[in-house]
Amino acid sequence: MTLGEKTRRDFPILSRVVNGHPLVYLDSAASSQKPLAVIEAISRYYETSHANVHRSIHTLGEEATERYEAARDAVRAFVGAGSREEIIFTRGTTEGINLVAQAVGRTLKAGDEIIVSELEHHSNLIPWQMACRDRGALLRAIPVVGEGYLDLEAFDRLLSARTRMVAVAHVSNVLGTINPVIHIVERAHRAGALVLLDGAQAVPHLPLDLHAIGADFYAFSGHKMLGPTGIGVLYGRREVLDRLEPAWGGGEMIKEVWIDRAQWNDLPWRFEPGTPPIAEAEGLHAACEYLGKLGMSSVLAHEQALVARCLNGLAQIPGVTIYGPRNPEMKGAVVAFNVEGLHPHDGAALLDQQGIAVRAGFHCAQPLMRCLGVAGTLRASFSVHTTAGEIDRLAAAVATLRSQL
Amino acid sequence: MALYSGVIRERFRRPRFRGAIERPDVAHEDVNPLCGDRVRIQGRLTDGRLAEARWTGDCCAICAASADLLLEAALGQPVDFARTQTPASLLERLDSDIRPSRMKCVTLPLSVLQEALSGHEVTR
Repeated sequence: MTLGEKTRRDFPILSRVVNGHPLVYLDSAASSQKPLAVIEAISRYYETSHANVHRSIHTLGEEATERYEAARDAVRAFVGAGSREEIIFTRGTTEGINLVAQAVGRTLKAGDEIIVSELEHHSNLIPWQMACRDRGALLRAIPVVGEGYLDLEAFDRLLSARTRMVAVAHVSNVLGTINPVIHIVERAHRAGALVLLDGAQAVPHLPLDLHAIGADFYAFSGHKMLGPTGIGVLYGRREVLDRLEPAWGGGEMIKEVWIDRAQWNDLPWRFEPGTPPIAEAEGLHAACEYLGKLGMSSVLAHEQALVARCLNGLAQIPGVTIYGPRNPEMKGAVVAFNVEGLHPHDGAALLDQQGIAVRAGFHCAQPLMRCLGVAGTLRASFSVHTTAGEIDRLAAAVATLRSQL
Repeated sequence: MALYSGVIRERFRRPRFRGAIERPDVAHEDVNPLCGDRVRIQGRLTDGRLAEARWTGDCCAICAASADLLLEAALGQPVDFARTQTPASLLERLDSDIRPSRMKCVTLPLSVLQEALSGHEVTR
């Protein structure tokens, strides 16, 4: 039994019928579905232990705090961070990147440079545009070449003593390209720059060892890794967080407050103002445990096999163009494609008629769409519960699209 | 009602008003931020009427059909005609089960035409 067949029964939503067909959910890169273990963990928390954390001197408050901090430990172990102080809970990847862009942004000077890449999701582009605009800094982009790889020679040429931050995706949300992040971190650090990695598409699919990767910041979302919406994680390297001023103020992030000044709290709470997403942390904890039990190496092997099958299936269909690396080992669990003469939104609407959910559009990556010379693409993305049979249903349905319009 | 009616499929495959006009009197282009659809409409005016109209665009079948049907209806009409058109009148021509998520595809050509003709309306 494959991983997909084994895990399907854990996801209640997969028993749905959509437009008269059993649901084939191939949009996990936008947001993953949730296993029962995650759904039940959230319900159980609300039914038995909910209270505010860190400040309530009563049994429920203590239980909630214990559970919230236990979730932090689970996340730390899951991503291989060095210490719990390095794990900051946010609302999602976007908030984590904005936190860094604002906190680091305040230290930028006119003429400083930030390097992103052409394949970034808007959430790892716009916050840097804003930081540069506010401080008179310059934004540079690593070009995308060939089947969708970063041009590392161009990256070397872009790096200089003026480079303050390199912010790139670990895995492209459109092309699926797994970027050589260890190499990027090593080059950036040698130039004296900080590195932020957008891990939204990597954490659900790869075994991670953040300590070994060595990036200064790593942001990801709970809802793309079988966890709930409304929670994300910003990993920050201890030495960097220690000297970083908080981006936002409020309760919880302080130790002592006077009318005209305050003393910041210890890590990681210094970066968590306000009541955090407590129930969501409980759900994320369950998601880490669920993925941990499956084993991320098994998840990666399973999804690479699906990507290979999808690439192969779609390549047989006349008029289909595939974007991104053709080598499944260089790819996360996404396959972007177009059908000649068919707008991606029409393709997605017609696939939906057959119960198949895919994403269509520019995938929050307009600069990359310009590089590819398209207005948008279709995108199928996979998760632990995806089966080979579903990939075959997709390919069969795609083959009929042109005749339907 | 079908997702893509015969009207939509016909206009998508064989649009009657797709193209460009040399030296148009009016022109406008806009983009749907939700999906990146882009529509450009050009026109020539004679005696306060839309004497010639063409659209180009990188857009879905619904948007393409909506643009083509709108220009067909507007052709020969006074410039004010565009202001009288509503999403409901566009939907009627499309004869399809349009979901709320695709309504912007229907209305983008109308807002582009209205903007193109803005300032050219006859004041009574």
